[in-house]
Amino acid sequence: MQEVADLKVRIGLEVHCQLTSLKSKLFCGCSADYRQSEPNTHICPVCMGLPGTLPVVNRRAVEDAVLAALALNMEVSSRTLFYRKNYFYPDMPKNFQISQYDRAGGIPIAKNGYIKLDGGKIVRITRLQLEEDPGKLSYEGTIETSRVALVDYNRAGVALIEIVTEPDMNSPREARVFLQKLRSILEHLGISSGELEGSMRCDANISIESGTRVEIKNISSFKEAERALNFEITRQRNLLRKGMRIGRETRHWDETRRITISLRVKEEEEDYRYFPEPDLVPIVITSEQIENRKSAMPELPDRHKERLMAQYGIPLQNAEVLTENKALAEFFEECARKYNRPDLLSNWLVGDLLSYLYEMGLELRETKITPENVISMLKLIDCGTISGKIAKDVLKEMLLTGKSAEEIVEEKSMKRIADEEYLKQLTEKIFASNPGAVRDALRMEKAVRFLVGQLMKETCGKADPQLANIVIKERLKRLRDEESR
Amino acid sequence: MSDLLELPASRLISKIRAQEVSAEEYISKCYERIEKVEKRIHAFITLTEKMALEKAREVDAKIRSNRSVGSLAGIAVAVKDNICTLGVRTTCASKMLESFTPPYDATVVERLKSQDAVIIGKTNMDEFAMGSSTEHSRFGPTRNPYDLSRVPGGSSGGSAAAVASLEATLALGSDTGGSVRCPASFCNLVGLKPTYGLVSRYGLIAYANSLEQISPITKCVADAALLTDVIAGHDNRDSTSIDAGRSSLSRHLVENVAGMRIGVPQEFFGRGTDRDVSKVVWKAITKLEELGASHTEIKLECLDYALASYYIIATSEASSNLARYDGLRYGFRLEDDGYDWSTAFSRNRRSGFGAEVKRRIMLGTFALSAGYYDEYYLKAQRVRTLIRQELEKAFKSFELLAAPTMPILPFRLKEKLRDPLEMYMCDVDTVVANLAGIPAISVPCGSSRGLPVGIQFMAPVFREDLLIRAAYTLEQNLVQTSLKLKI
Repeated sequence: MQEVADLKVRIGLEVHCQLTSLKSKLFCGCSADYRQSEPNTHICPVCMGLPGTLPVVNRRAVEDAVLAALALNMEVSSRTLFYRKNYFYPDMPKNFQISQYDRAGGIPIAKNGYIKLDGGKIVRITRLQLEEDPGKLSYEGTIETSRVALVDYNRAGVALIEIVTEPDMNSPREARVFLQKLRSILEHLGISSGELEGSMRCDANISIESGTRVEIKNISSFKEAERALNFEITRQRNLLRKGMRIGRETRHWDETRRITISLRVKEEEEDYRYFPEPDLVPIVITSEQIENRKSAMPELPDRHKERLMAQYGIPLQNAEVLTENKALAEFFEECARKYNRPDLLSNWLVGDLLSYLYEMGLELRETKITPENVISMLKLIDCGTISGKIAKDVLKEMLLTGKSAEEIVEEKSMKRIADEEYLKQLTEKIFASNPGAVRDALRMEKAVRFLVGQLMKETCGKADPQLANIVIKERLKRLRDEESR
Repeated sequence: MSDLLELPASRLISKIRAQEVSAEEYISKCYERIEKVEKRIHAFITLTEKMALEKAREVDAKIRSNRSVGSLAGIAVAVKDNICTLGVRTTCASKMLESFTPPYDATVVERLKSQDAVIIGKTNMDEFAMGSSTEHSRFGPTRNPYDLSRVPGGSSGGSAAAVASLEATLALGSDTGGSVRCPASFCNLVGLKPTYGLVSRYGLIAYANSLEQISPITKCVADAALLTDVIAGHDNRDSTSIDAGRSSLSRHLVENVAGMRIGVPQEFFGRGTDRDVSKVVWKAITKLEELGASHTEIKLECLDYALASYYIIATSEASSNLARYDGLRYGFRLEDDGYDWSTAFSRNRRSGFGAEVKRRIMLGTFALSAGYYDEYYLKAQRVRTLIRQELEKAFKSFELLAAPTMPILPFRLKEKLRDPLEMYMCDVDTVVANLAGIPAISVPCGSSRGLPVGIQFMAPVFREDLLIRAAYTLEQNLVQTSLKLKI
């Protein structure tokens, strides 16, 4: 039993990232910004594969792919070819996908690179290639029970880069870290924004102790990747414990039921009949173009992280979390320009802000909060107008409404009560109704804290805690003086 | 007035421009002729009379008001039904596309329209251009105007028959392995397959993308030059179209072959070549020699493998190109309620494609399959490279290569339907130019047993000028044959 749990896991990933900054699709002029559009409105004769139409390569897509390849430390091909991957499926207008191929004469855009994860682990990248996204199928309910399938071709033909890794990751957690790093790199390059729904998807292959390789398809996000891999490892280990063999197969990740289902076993593996796309000519990438891309290389996450630490003096862990999400790091820097305690600021962002976002299932971009909001909140804390605890509520409110901290504090009367007379009045009331506690408090510190707590309770937590403490203690002192007299 | 229809385009244009005849009158004559002979010829799948007459009147109005008109002003052009025409159904002679109306014009059609040509209809063909006889059509066969019991050749048989029977003055076909040169030869016409990349393929419904070119079929060499000049040129919608700064081909209509060296590969006169065809073609070569050219018999051994490699490459590409016809988005669709998509696709394809198309899809699917790819597709591509290299070498010593266009005379309907291989053998002399991407022309050079014979010239890439010069010289100096239309 023990042995099975100890067997080494090897995970490789095949990540598909849409080049979301492109204005048009990979082979036609249709707008690639299809999200929130009515189904089948971003289509034309070319991406619908109507008879007689021909693809024309979007040169910007090639440039973006080259930039990504360079950022992933890859060797860029001087000449690259498109291939047809033939298979029937209703989401593909032509019943073949224009892709690239690494065998039988095929040359992808780039080969042999790596990503260094935080902590030093190297994950090797086998190849990077350009291809077109298929359309999207929707079902009524689940794929198995639906009576119909609806096809939306808006996504068909959108440019994707496919990034294939070696099986270098040893845990689902590591796979997720890799995916986050990859997303961050692509976001720093400004070519793919992983926060858009479905813009980064992946397939995973997994084997336990150099055993049989099982592929998992249809993973729509990083969270799902970790889940799917965890499920699959458990499934395979259970089989091994029962002394059963793991067959080579392809499985489908069912997001709703959170299980993997067998799609096909090795014997029926599909033959895609790859051959060079005769409607496109080879793309030449000159060394000059590569140099141009290199010199246009923006700051990447590792460099960004180091700079944040040096420039703002924030701790390594905060810098790592910030640069994992480019939008958050930019938000931080904008705030830091106008606020002189960056370490404190970074704690708030990587702590409370991120966990709220996670809770709400939102991306920073989808909220209404502005850097000015955050700064106003921090300043209210600094001058004692609100407590740290109240600030947490203010922050949450700001995410939802985009109002300034002052506004929220005013509206919700969250200001600390610093009115000593008022607190003294309340104290009299508390002392009168808690005679036992008062007696104890004359001897025991614990009971004092109880009284302070009562005062806080009376003010709904808005009393300045320091002042509350002083008022209670002074009242107790007076009582002692009176008694000893 | 019927002799109006016999005139070449260049002569007609001057008459229309000079207002000796109106475009409307002439186009009406075309339709009268169609009315009269079409039942026996069956060159067209769809006629566009209303649009054509409108266009003709528009051209006439331009001329009357002294506005400039295009280089094909008012000329009746028949367009093969695998070339997309905006708003006019484009069927590829297939049940699969019987109801398909393209929402766009092919680039060549745009160019025709911009030069004021009048598209009179869409012509019959072998389904998806797969065939050499125009018998594999959903709409029934086309007949040869010189002998109604015989085929017009294919796959652009409708285009050739339309021009030969004087229904149209010019026609466009497509040439994947000889599909324009074959019917040109069988119908006593000129067929010019340009260099691969000279003419945009945008809007040509693909059979075998890496081989085919849209090509003119005309009565005479001058018309072939004129029509090529209109359709050629770079198109940024077709990545394989080439931006070659070219001069007009019409400028090369000169009778001059002095010093021209012509290579005659023996392989083109090999087994299976009709002795009469061989004789007539040799006579033409001798004629050119009398006019100042010289010839040398040569051996190009790789040509023995041309036909096999052509059919592997063409069917491989076709198997993928035709995958899109599944009935889901356009075209033929059976009632599919209750079927899963895969079964529905199979049912539509089984019922929508004809036998020859299915045969070629299966051949191509097989050739591309894992385990066979290297043996078939890759090997065929290697042969293709060798052919290209061997021809390049030959063109260092010769301006032109000459050969029969077709190894045989026009055959009877159904004669070659039983054995597909016998039909494939017809392409043995024409596929070479497609494999090598070089230009080739078929010109009438005589007749035998009352049937036309064509000679084929091939030239280095982008040397259509040489083809035009040789073909024109031959045309002007050969004694007119006694061939008679049988309609």
